[in-house]
Amino acid sequence: MTVAPPIAMLAELTHRCPLSCPYCSNPVQMARQAAELDTATWARVFCEAADLGVLQLHLSGGEPASRRDLTQLVAAARAAGLYTNLITSGIGLTERRLAALDAAGLDHVQLSLQGTDPEMADEIGGYAGGFARKMQVAAWIGDIGFPLTLNVVLHRRNLHQLPRALDMAREMGARRIEIATVQFHGWALKNRDALMPTRDQAREATRIVKEARARLKGQLVIDYVPADYHEEYPKRCMGGWGTSGLNITPDGKVLPCHAAETIPHLSFDRVADKPLGEIWYKGAAFNAYRGTGWMSEPCQSCARKTIDFGGCRCQAMAILGDPSATDPVCVKSPHHSALQAQAQTHAAQADAPLVYRKSPGGNTDPAG
Amino acid sequence: MRETDIPVLPRGVRLHHDTVRDTWVLLAPERAVTLDAVGHAILSEVDGTRSFGEITNTLAARYDAPVDQIRKDSAGFLGALRTRLYLDVTE
Repeated sequence: MTVAPPIAMLAELTHRCPLSCPYCSNPVQMARQAAELDTATWARVFCEAADLGVLQLHLSGGEPASRRDLTQLVAAARAAGLYTNLITSGIGLTERRLAALDAAGLDHVQLSLQGTDPEMADEIGGYAGGFARKMQVAAWIGDIGFPLTLNVVLHRRNLHQLPRALDMAREMGARRIEIATVQFHGWALKNRDALMPTRDQAREATRIVKEARARLKGQLVIDYVPADYHEEYPKRCMGGWGTSGLNITPDGKVLPCHAAETIPHLSFDRVADKPLGEIWYKGAAFNAYRGTGWMSEPCQSCARKTIDFGGCRCQAMAILGDPSATDPVCVKSPHHSALQAQAQTHAAQADAPLVYRKSPGGNTDPAG
Repeated sequence: MRETDIPVLPRGVRLHHDTVRDTWVLLAPERAVTLDAVGHAILSEVDGTRSFGEITNTLAARYDAPVDQIRKDSAGFLGALRTRLYLDVTE
């Protein structure tokens, strides 16, 4: 099998974050600050990534602004030739820091939105005053002129705010919006009762997106991830395992996707031990589910096997305990009906409390 | 695309030579578009000052091709980029 070079890399600079969103994609066991890669190591990894063929670098976390060396990291990534995208809640960014990021060559900002008003946003983010600060940061981003994508995670509690979120994207000057119905990995898996959308809500979101795409054509690009458990076919996760992207954890583990550590039999190489290229092409974790050879039925004989690659390995692990099974979202999975029934049960738990993400110990204040 | 329209790559969209794959790409927010030789030739003329008419006249002269054909191809290519917001147009 010929393995193509990766296009995108997600650098999780830290697991620290001032927010504690109950759907955070970080693992439940997080890396502490003392274990984080230092500036020079990240800079070396960025150079190795560019040499390997990575074009797009996503600087994420946790909250990447919690790293005091964020500006140096952006400068290092640009010097390596990478397109730099900052994925942030905005908390910890000041006007001065944004100006420094501009000077360092930051290409693009993706700003998360937990809700369209302070009540919703601050409850979901678990951070009083967060919405007001985010709106201030959005204004500074607009003043500087950074290209902006607004990122909205939809779930049962905030899905009715989708039309307002689309308006806010336009008001902020965003040219893209990512609308993702919550995916149940990481902390979200603990919150399925609290966050699972109803089937009617899922349909309504799809209808709103379709209408908005037609109405806003040429003004706002809309990326949309529908409600997974209510679908007929699974997501083409990561564009196919080990196909186009890789993920670096704060302490330097190299993962095929951000949730891959939930698959117990996989072991992960570290950037401290091996060159990134060797890890991408030869690493056991990357080759575990590459291509189609690992598949069993019903995937192996399915015409869609190179369309969705059997769906999400981490979801097969989380729901079925078998990472090589067909994603149970798929209508051809023997577990599809049970999952749909389970989704309806989750969605009916009207009073389920939110389980907030906990930070990885120590100081979680944003850097100044 | 009218002759007097001035195409420009907005902030956050830029041409990049991909040495690993030996091709030119257009880098945009969270996307990379692989360019063929024609696409690269067109975008290399987009400088935010010259009009669509001037650009296509230049390309027609350089490649000794009928200007009507160049305009049709360029308008299709640039129009697709414009729909995805990878290209802006001023007058």
